Amino acid sequence: MSALHIKKGSTSHSAYELRDPNGEIIEKHTLAVLVENEPGVLARVIGLFSGRGYNIESLTVAEVDHLGHRSRITIVTTGTPNVIEQIKAQLGRIVPVHEVHDLTVEGQSVERELAMFKVAGTGDKRIEALRLAEIFRANVVDSTLESFVFEMTGTSEKIDAFAELMRPLGLIEQARTGVAALSRGPK
Amino acid sequence: MTRQMTGADMVVQALKDQGVDTIFGYPGGAVLPVYDAIFQQNDIKHILVRHEQAAIHAAEAYARSTGKVGVALVTSGPGATNAVTGLTDALLDSIPIVVFSGQVPTFMIGTDGFQEADTIGITRPCTKHNWLVKDTNALAETIHQAFHVATSGRPGPVLIDLPKDVQFADGTYVGPQKARKSHYQPKLKADIEQINDLAALIEKAERPVFYTGGGVINSGPAASQLLRELVEATGFPITSTLMGLGAYPASGDKWLGMLGMHGLYEANMAMHGCDLMINIGARFDDRITGRLDAFSPGSIKAHIDIDPSSLNKVIQVDLPIVGDIAHVLEDLLKVWKSRGRKTKDISAWTKQIADWRAVRCLDYKNSETVIKPQYALQRFEELTKGMDRYITTEVGQHQMWAAQFLGFEDPNRWMTSGGLGTMGYGFPASIGVQVAHPDSLVVNVAGEASWLMNMQEMGTAIQYNLPVKQFILNNERLGMVRQWQQLLHGERYSNSWSDALPDFVKLAEAFGAKGIQCSDPKDLDDAIMEMINYDGPVIFDCLVEKHENCFPMIPSGKPHNEMLLGDASTEDAIKSDGAVLV
Ligand SMILES: Cc1ncc(C[n+]2csc(CCOP(=O)(O)OP(=O)(O)O)c2C)c(N)n1
Ligand SMILES: [Mg+2]
Repeated sequence: MSALHIKKGSTSHSAYELRDPNGEIIEKHTLAVLVENEPGVLARVIGLFSGRGYNIESLTVAEVDHLGHRSRITIVTTGTPNVIEQIKAQLGRIVPVHEVHDLTVEGQSVERELAMFKVAGTGDKRIEALRLAEIFRANVVDSTLESFVFEMTGTSEKIDAFAELMRPLGLIEQARTGVAALSRGPK
Repeated sequence: MTRQMTGADMVVQALKDQGVDTIFGYPGGAVLPVYDAIFQQNDIKHILVRHEQAAIHAAEAYARSTGKVGVALVTSGPGATNAVTGLTDALLDSIPIVVFSGQVPTFMIGTDGFQEADTIGITRPCTKHNWLVKDTNALAETIHQAFHVATSGRPGPVLIDLPKDVQFADGTYVGPQKARKSHYQPKLKADIEQINDLAALIEKAERPVFYTGGGVINSGPAASQLLRELVEATGFPITSTLMGLGAYPASGDKWLGMLGMHGLYEANMAMHGCDLMINIGARFDDRITGRLDAFSPGSIKAHIDIDPSSLNKVIQVDLPIVGDIAHVLEDLLKVWKSRGRKTKDISAWTKQIADWRAVRCLDYKNSETVIKPQYALQRFEELTKGMDRYITTEVGQHQMWAAQFLGFEDPNRWMTSGGLGTMGYGFPASIGVQVAHPDSLVVNVAGEASWLMNMQEMGTAIQYNLPVKQFILNNERLGMVRQWQQLLHGERYSNSWSDALPDFVKLAEAFGAKGIQCSDPKDLDDAIMEMINYDGPVIFDCLVEKHENCFPMIPSGKPHNEMLLGDASTEDAIKSDGAVLV
């Protein structure tokens, strides 16, 4: 049997605790799902996640090929390795889904998110906000005498960090797009 | 072929071009144009059911008993919502059906129009795929695609929502050949290395078992044929799920009987003790596995399934193989034969199985005065065995006894609601089967409670001269519920009896059918023969023992080797942690 390099026996876990966070490691994966841009396709994908109890950390969608009517849905999800495999298999059998890529395992990838922050304040706080925005390479896209709207792109972690810094400086509203991701390299 | 016609005519034309000759349905305002088109032709026969749920179950059973696609037609709003149970049933049992629903005209969608429902939204999770067609020019292609999706890969139900203006408008019809090819093309053939690996496992196994399921039936008659060849060639024992009965003949000497919660002792013990489990088109359902961490602990597991999401879903297997059963079995036989047709000596295993078989797990205490439900089915089996026979069932104890006591020699002869467990399935299913096989004996083995859930279909049976036999094992109880309450809920029988039952004989007569009642074991054979020989629908009210329990039983939360074999073993059988499971 060993010649086949396959392990013996079934898993030790039960379906009733398949998603037990203590039982197995929870991983975070970024999936790129290429779909036919037809009505309801997003509802199918979201319905799959809610119906089967999978997590969505972030989800973005836009048409990327207007002639071919293809949209790209980027989903950041978490789960045990088995659940992640199930998610991919379940996505793969949705009829208008053409391709499912797990960017987390298919080599290296780059991930970016765009965010906008409205920060209101005057005096030192205002100056400090502007200074930090420069360090983080956030752009000012709107300003009044007592507010800025900053725009920045970066990894979700960088955006989180910037938001934390802005909070005591008068952050009153933020909008984030969720993650867009591509694999690195020529293919 | 391309030509101009109305959307309603396109529906009829596309059905003809797809080889459909029968549909089941119920009209209403939003599908009147299609009904008008049906009226003006003779190629497609429409069976008017009495409830949309019944239309779907009839279409399912039509599909399952013929291997063709089942088709149903319902109106918008309540017509569509009544179809939801049937769609879900077909999804869980992977039955290919195409359902057309009427919809308010496109310009009214979203206005809460009369009989408007978000049918696409409601049926999205209970169909394999669904389409709202907003342009008559897209209709023909959508219908052809719907048939393709329903039948390709793992089969399933699809729905096409048809706004009324789309049915009225003119458009260009395209035939199936001209329609664009769908990108949806599931993989049929498995990788040859995996087939090789499986052949190697077969060669080395000392305690092998084939565990087969509905996928073998869905794959078509060739799959059943190849399965039989494989079983005979290897000599390995074989068990099957509820959905797979008939793929391998019950008279075959390698047959272990059904496995699972109410499966046979020898089948479950073989699953527990095997060293090689070859799952062919089954899905490790919780009714099969029992407690997962104790499921077949010492075995290498191979799993063949056309749906990649079935693999490693509940049980991590050692050798997952994606492919169509017939294709994979054909390749497997070829490869295994070319490697020299080798197997180990498995006589010790066969001997062990014979010992398990000797337990005679289906034995029950018979009675001279009361008809035991098992006895009723044994007599029925004895009297109808070898006939050109199709069986449908409702859901409950009677369903499990039917699976245990009736033998199926061929695929497509057994129609039952497995995944969803839908009470009310059996009667309309018997209608669908009888429509497809007008000259065959079609019997619905029913419980009285389930049967009442779609009893309105008596009208359909009479109208179309369908001689369906309703063999009701009447225990005046929601028997399966009562059994669980006895074993799990301290014999507190909350709402689990059938009060105020109708007089079934009079009920039959009220519809113009024949009614038979039998309560004495001595009269049973004659009564069964009377039912079979009557040329027309029969309701057979078979009054059986009220408190019989269905054994063997693997209590929830228990492994296969802790089966209950009879009433004596049930004391404290189910612990509270098992009680939360269904
Ligand atoms: C639509 C539906 N409702 C409820 C149930 C739960 N249920 C399963 S078996 C059963 C009792 C069935 O009684 P009967 O048809 O008389 O069959 P018996 O078990 O007595 O043979 C019930 C209520 C179900 N399976 N389906
Ligand atoms: Mg009953």
